[in-house]
Amino acid sequence: MWGYYVVLALRSSARSKALTALVIVLLAFGVSACMVSYAVFRATTSDPLPGKSSRLYVPLIDNIGPSYNYLGEPNETLSYMDAMALWHAHKASRQTLLYPTKWQVESDNPSVPAMTETGDAVTADFFSMFDVPFRFGSGWTADDDAQHATVAVISRHLNEALFGGHNSVGQEIRLDGQLFRIGGVLEDWNPRPRFFDLGDDVRPFDDVGDIYIPFTRATDMKKDSTFSLCPTDSQAFDESNWDAYLHSECDRIVAWVELATPADVDSYREYLRHYAAEQQRLGRFSWPPNIRLRNLTDWLTFLQVTPRASSLSILVSASFLLIVLVNVVGLMLARFMRRAPEIGVRRALGASRTAIYRQFLIEAASMGFVGGLLGVALTLLGVWGAGALFEPNIARLVHADTSLIALTVLLAIAATVVSALYPTWRAAQTQPAWQIKIN
Amino acid sequence: MAFTRTFMQLRPIIAALGRHKVATALIVLQVALTLAVASNALFIVSTRIVHLSRPTSTDEAHLFVIRNGWKLGQTAAQIDANIRADLESLRHVAGVRDAFPSQGFPLGGFKDDIILRLKLKPDQKTHGQLVTFFASDGHAIDTLGISLVAGRNFRPDEITVSGPNEKMSPASIIVTRSLADQLFPDGSALGKTVYLPDGPAAIIGILASLQGPLKQSDRLDRYTVLVPTHYLDPAGVVYLVRTDSTAMKPVIAATLKALQERSGVRIIDLKDGIVTMAQVRERAYAEDRSVALLMSILSGLLLLATAGGIVGLSSFWVSQRRRQIGIRRSLGATTGDILRYFHAENFLIVSGGILLGALLAFLANLGLMHVYELPRMPLYVPLLGALLLWLLGQLAVWGPARFAAKVPPVVAIRTE
Repeated sequence: MWGYYVVLALRSSARSKALTALVIVLLAFGVSACMVSYAVFRATTSDPLPGKSSRLYVPLIDNIGPSYNYLGEPNETLSYMDAMALWHAHKASRQTLLYPTKWQVESDNPSVPAMTETGDAVTADFFSMFDVPFRFGSGWTADDDAQHATVAVISRHLNEALFGGHNSVGQEIRLDGQLFRIGGVLEDWNPRPRFFDLGDDVRPFDDVGDIYIPFTRATDMKKDSTFSLCPTDSQAFDESNWDAYLHSECDRIVAWVELATPADVDSYREYLRHYAAEQQRLGRFSWPPNIRLRNLTDWLTFLQVTPRASSLSILVSASFLLIVLVNVVGLMLARFMRRAPEIGVRRALGASRTAIYRQFLIEAASMGFVGGLLGVALTLLGVWGAGALFEPNIARLVHADTSLIALTVLLAIAATVVSALYPTWRAAQTQPAWQIKIN
Repeated sequence: MAFTRTFMQLRPIIAALGRHKVATALIVLQVALTLAVASNALFIVSTRIVHLSRPTSTDEAHLFVIRNGWKLGQTAAQIDANIRADLESLRHVAGVRDAFPSQGFPLGGFKDDIILRLKLKPDQKTHGQLVTFFASDGHAIDTLGISLVAGRNFRPDEITVSGPNEKMSPASIIVTRSLADQLFPDGSALGKTVYLPDGPAAIIGILASLQGPLKQSDRLDRYTVLVPTHYLDPAGVVYLVRTDSTAMKPVIAATLKALQERSGVRIIDLKDGIVTMAQVRERAYAEDRSVALLMSILSGLLLLATAGGIVGLSSFWVSQRRRQIGIRRSLGATTGDILRYFHAENFLIVSGGILLGALLAFLANLGLMHVYELPRMPLYVPLLGALLLWLLGQLAVWGPARFAAKVPPVVAIRTE
């Protein structure tokens, strides 16, 4: 049956070549525009830690108050005092404090010149919370945090540059002139988006840094974050008085906590509220508790990580497909109505309405399939050309895979069948007697 | 004459359309959606293009930027000496016109140390005017290729030293005209004293225009201040260099070589330590360009799709009405009458779509304003879109209408 209807579809297509070609080309463009936009959207909204993103939370405490905060939202980072308070309270099963840093790196290898590299000051749980993969060695322990250890974890890329890719665990490097023992070397690790230390200086689709050292040691070295926001006129602070800086209301530290159950989340939120209320009671905050606790997914949404180009193009391509479909309904109507005499003859020879439905829907599906194939070609072309359309650090994330190709064909078929529903219904209403009577 | 005849035909056209309600409604809907989407998309394109083509007012074709990091452990005095020595060699490199040290550069992006607040009175309780600044010296104006419209340049003895943790209290500053007019709307800014966080400064010069490091808002971007100071950040310094010719490669290589003589004090990243203003601009506006390009391509496809749809359906109608056309022709209608009939019919349908589409366009704009902080769409955007669609419709129906006009009168009496 299928085969017969497909042959019928081919024959009728041969009779109205231009109309058929128009429908197929329109479909192909509409579907491929959607799929290219979707490929970019998928790359920019991917979950950096599938399976874990709903358990990792970012706590925020408003320590600058309504006269400095933006639209009532707390700053996106914590002050050192608040971060330390959360850290010592230890109300979550795992927690980490971190901030992005920049280091001058020197090794004993004289052939490698001194260089500037970025990284993060983190605490021991960082590596296990974010499933960071190791090539050699491992992270450090909570004990190292407490000892302010001079231990470092470096990226595979930096290990290549400094040690030719050999196992460098136990070797030493100099960061800002201070000797650090290498405790571990990472595998290639580049979560998209770079979720854990986003700020003014760190953009969501930048590569992650190359050096991780204990938070406590970095603080001892008076190492500042690459971004900090102070409630002062210049938004800066005199850091030469480091102790005063640590006790200032400058915000620069990101905290992450792992909370397994909704009950844990509730009790952590309650703890934060209680903490802020306490600060208000002590006179440090002159405003009621203003706290946030967002999981990774909500955090990325809040920070509007998805580039506008991506979400706008999804919106416009979807509208484009809709317009194409309206168009295809009209063209299908024309195509099917033109064949009223044929339908009349088939009906008179005993074909049921259902048979007419089946015939025309199969015809539509076949056209959709051909449109889908052309759409796949255009989608591949679009993905290939994404470099010209999107920023380089986003374009390089965009790729075509079998699921994208399958989805393209499916979308094309589904779209055509949906837009053929009304024309098919009209075709099935054809009265055989009217069509076969001789004028 | 032709016009009145066309007008006379409107009633039968409307009556005929009544017999093709669904097909007519489909074209109306399609034109409406196209107008709504295309006018919003093209509006976004135009705002982005206006945004990304704003000049920094500097001589961009001859400017490049060196991000020079300092090796650690150097005192402020050593860094000051480094900068003086570097400037001495930079300004003597063949092909270099001028150079100055700063902490930022136009379109360089947000950093902690580019923002200041200026107050008009020392005891002002409210927040001061938010501005961005460049650390400068007497060479800044010549290097950037900007012009003073009033006042004078910095004298060598006015150049102070400051740093991230030191007070910045210059005796004089130079501001852009936009900022001067914002602070002193009566135009009396020159010679007035304003208050930096660390002390008073006199406005000694007014620049025609200069974009700061930011590219977010039209206003703040133009509120730029030149502060006469060598900014001694232990992390590094930015050198802005203006060349004589647009062929910058040899000059950049020569500059690097000149700086290499004291390579022990510095780290210059080979990947992105040196960028030309053209590259800076390209990176700063990458997203705007990407949005503009995408929206233009999609709008183009959209209009083509709509034109294709009109051609397709009109051809179908023509083929369906061959008999009627033949009857009209044999009753004396000229080919011109038939042509006009189809053009008028198309005009009617597209007009219906435009009415509906203009409404949808404004609704969509309201939604987008909410989500993407777009400005309100001015009325002329959908009007232009409507003109475009009328034109497109007439062009699209031209082929099928000509085909219809060729139908010979004899088909009226043929039986099929």
